[in-house]
Amino acid sequence: MGSKRLLRLQLNGRPREDAVLPSMLLLHYLRDVAGATGTKQGCDGGECGACTVLVDGQPRLACITLALECAGREVETVEGLARDGSLGDLQRAFHEHLGAQCGFCTPGMLMAAEALLRRDADPDEAAVRAALAGNLCRCTGYVKIVESVRVAAAVRRARGD
Amino acid sequence: MDRRLDARTPQAVGVSTPLVDGVDKVSGQALYTADLPVRQPLVGRILRSREAHAVIVAIDTRAACALPGVAAVITGEDFTAPYGVIPIAQNEWPLARGKVRYRGEPLVAVAALDEATAQRALALVRVQLDPLPACLDARAARAAGAAQLHEDKPGNLEREVDQCFGDVEAGFAAAAQVLERRFHYAEIAHGQIELNATLAQFDRERGQLTVHSVTQVPYYLHLALARCLGMEESDIRVVKPFVGGGFGHRVEPLNFEIVTAALARAAGAAVKLELTREEVFLTHRGRPETDIRMKIAVDGGGRILAVDAEAVQRGGAYAGYGLVTILYAGSLLHALYRVGAVRYRGERVYSNTPPCGAMRGHGAVDIRHAFESVLDELAAALGMDPFALRRANLLAPPERTLNDLQVNSYGLPQCLDWVEQASGWRERRGALPRGRGLGMACSHYVSGSAKPVHWTGEPHAVVQLRVDFDAGITLLTGAADIGQGSSTLLTQVVAEVLSLPASRIRVVATDSVLTPKDNGSYSSRVSFMVGNAALRAAQALQQRLLQAASRRLHVPPEQLEWLGERCRVMSGDGTDERGLSWPELVRTALAEGGTLTVAGHWSTPPETQGGRYRGAAVGSTAGFSYAAQVVEVEVDEPTGAVRVLQVWAAHDCGRAINPRAVEGQVQGAVWMGLGQALSEETQYHQGLPLRANLIDYRMATSLDSPPIAVHLVESIDPLGPFGAKEASEGALHGAPPALTNAIADALGLRLGGLPASPDRVLEALTARRRRDRQAQRRPPAADPETKLAR
Repeated sequence: MGSKRLLRLQLNGRPREDAVLPSMLLLHYLRDVAGATGTKQGCDGGECGACTVLVDGQPRLACITLALECAGREVETVEGLARDGSLGDLQRAFHEHLGAQCGFCTPGMLMAAEALLRRDADPDEAAVRAALAGNLCRCTGYVKIVESVRVAAAVRRARGD
Repeated sequence: MDRRLDARTPQAVGVSTPLVDGVDKVSGQALYTADLPVRQPLVGRILRSREAHAVIVAIDTRAACALPGVAAVITGEDFTAPYGVIPIAQNEWPLARGKVRYRGEPLVAVAALDEATAQRALALVRVQLDPLPACLDARAARAAGAAQLHEDKPGNLEREVDQCFGDVEAGFAAAAQVLERRFHYAEIAHGQIELNATLAQFDRERGQLTVHSVTQVPYYLHLALARCLGMEESDIRVVKPFVGGGFGHRVEPLNFEIVTAALARAAGAAVKLELTREEVFLTHRGRPETDIRMKIAVDGGGRILAVDAEAVQRGGAYAGYGLVTILYAGSLLHALYRVGAVRYRGERVYSNTPPCGAMRGHGAVDIRHAFESVLDELAAALGMDPFALRRANLLAPPERTLNDLQVNSYGLPQCLDWVEQASGWRERRGALPRGRGLGMACSHYVSGSAKPVHWTGEPHAVVQLRVDFDAGITLLTGAADIGQGSSTLLTQVVAEVLSLPASRIRVVATDSVLTPKDNGSYSSRVSFMVGNAALRAAQALQQRLLQAASRRLHVPPEQLEWLGERCRVMSGDGTDERGLSWPELVRTALAEGGTLTVAGHWSTPPETQGGRYRGAAVGSTAGFSYAAQVVEVEVDEPTGAVRVLQVWAAHDCGRAINPRAVEGQVQGAVWMGLGQALSEETQYHQGLPLRANLIDYRMATSLDSPPIAVHLVESIDPLGPFGAKEASEGALHGAPPALTNAIADALGLRLGGLPASPDRVLEALTARRRRDRQAQRRPPAADPETKLAR
């Protein structure tokens, strides 16, 4: 297992330093060490996408990423999507357009969608579906999720982001 | 000035409303069971059986108990009674006793300081099992001389149903067309994304247990905990935190929940137990593997004269909801169409596989597929359009079915009209290129089972409203919001009655020390039953407040006009300016007796509770939902892959209290039905699950999923709250047959069951080509050289 090592990273814009075992997964680091329980576990590893987070802006599955791989990097989770205490565009769209039902896949879905919108400001339906293909949802049939992502994209474009 | 003072009647019912707990979900703040902050809980783990069927000879836990860091080790002997959701069929121990009956059945559990220690402890447990022959499917279990799973169930028959309504033989004798088909349906699983988890805390000094769990029915869990642990119900508190979907997996108390509580008691501490995805599949309770024989007779006009159906379900190792499932399959042959006569025979069979249970569309999905498939073939045989055949068999409510179900509202005709038009059925069907097709089907479901599982005589649903000095309304309910939006719906109902903004209302739900008992989120009962209770609670609150206002303003209550944020004296000429703002009104009422609490309750009327024959309660409901849908598919003949291009679904939900949420429920139900139709199935090798993960258990991704256009039909049910009925299940049943009817339209190909996975479609296509070739070659007889050349 090895002894603990110091992990320095940025979590949602704030620097952290924690001693972690080399075997610790990013998922368990976020949930158990950093207390960021918004990131969910829905499978036994790499199956469902519920733990999707951004590492240096790229979507990653926290359940198959070692915490120490993120040393010196910027990790973003659902808790980092809000701005000044208000919901971010994607969060608001998912809320208002019912992209979330039970809400369990939502954090991972939001992060995968955030990665998409940063590289494509105006994704068509096929692009949204492709970007979310690694994130399983059992409630919505994906219809209102796709709609929510496209609404958020339109809001950002209208604001000139 | 308070802007709200002049607001008149903010409409709540019928307005698409974000979920009241939606902000928590999208912000990541929602706490699901595994997220609950507890100071250093012990970690629970379960040791499971390697055998599908065996006698437990000995379990030696001494080495595990002696391992440093282990706080508790328990076996089946640590429980006082078996459990089971149906009071007359409780034959499952939280940890196996005497025998194991499926691979993966829980045997021993430990609580330890951390997961690694818990795993080491499990490895130290010595279990001696004496294997018995295993019955892995229904046929093997029913065969003469088959090993018997339960001593009191000879022939492994859990429940046999034989019901006959009307003169079936006369119906067949008078028919213009009779068609009989056999179908095989694979077993499927719920696949809710949240893993199962329970947090149990035991206070040894006071002998009190607190359990947070992923349940859809906290009340059943509460009863099961008391029973299996031999505790007083009043010493137990059950709380349902946010729950990440249910779909029926969590409508019965489950072994891991009771095990966690027993571990907490044995350790005198807090224990958290999280199952792996594989363990969630082992816990199962999914839709059973089912064989169906369906025979339907119609006259020349397409009217259904007689139905003769048989269903055999492989129920798994324990009773669970089994007897209800096999009864639903028969009872819901009725109440969708008018049928001349119906014979139904069902067998629910025990097998050495994980226990089946209730899954969305409970009991009626596979048999509806068989029914709608045969109807589709009959329409073709009669030269009728499938829509016309359905329209020849419509009910005319109020109508009582042959099996004593009461239909009071019926939006199926409007559902049919919309999907026919929206899909371009008339112009496009038959005009699509080869490989593409359109199919349609109808379905229905109950808005709550009219008779509860526990027949206590209490109302079916109770909601309390509490108003205090802050003039906010606290809505107390035991109804479990599992993502379907029930807390939002209850808020809307109360806001509508009181003409108040929803922001005045907050929901406190599912905590047994705070909220009234509720029968839970199953059989789509919450909108109808709890909605009705909320409606009555709000009316009671309004009456109490009006009486207080009447005393304060010295006018009879009838002369007061209720405007929500304001209540004023009505005067013919508008000269009377007297009135009370909402906060003044509340203070007036509080001055008379302090904190105000009212309750509303609701029960199903006796005429909706079914007939008097054995099993009559199952299928009875105060309101049936109805749905019709058209599915368009494209089949890739070289690979057998079926792609759904578009679905048009119309659902009669009575009244859409939250239209966007209803749409979401219908889309989710249709999509889940498509999954069963196309790709989902469990698979076992000698009882060992082969697809116990979310890769091999193939649920559709966003890429595989079609657009689903939804139209809501509002038939305004006379008993539903504001006319509302269920919205989460009824559209599921029609999706699989609409899809396979579309495959038949595309290729003229009908499979003998589900799923229509690429391998099965390809096999059927290949078999048909072979038959066609053989037919062409005859005569002369087949020539081996020609065969090779092809």
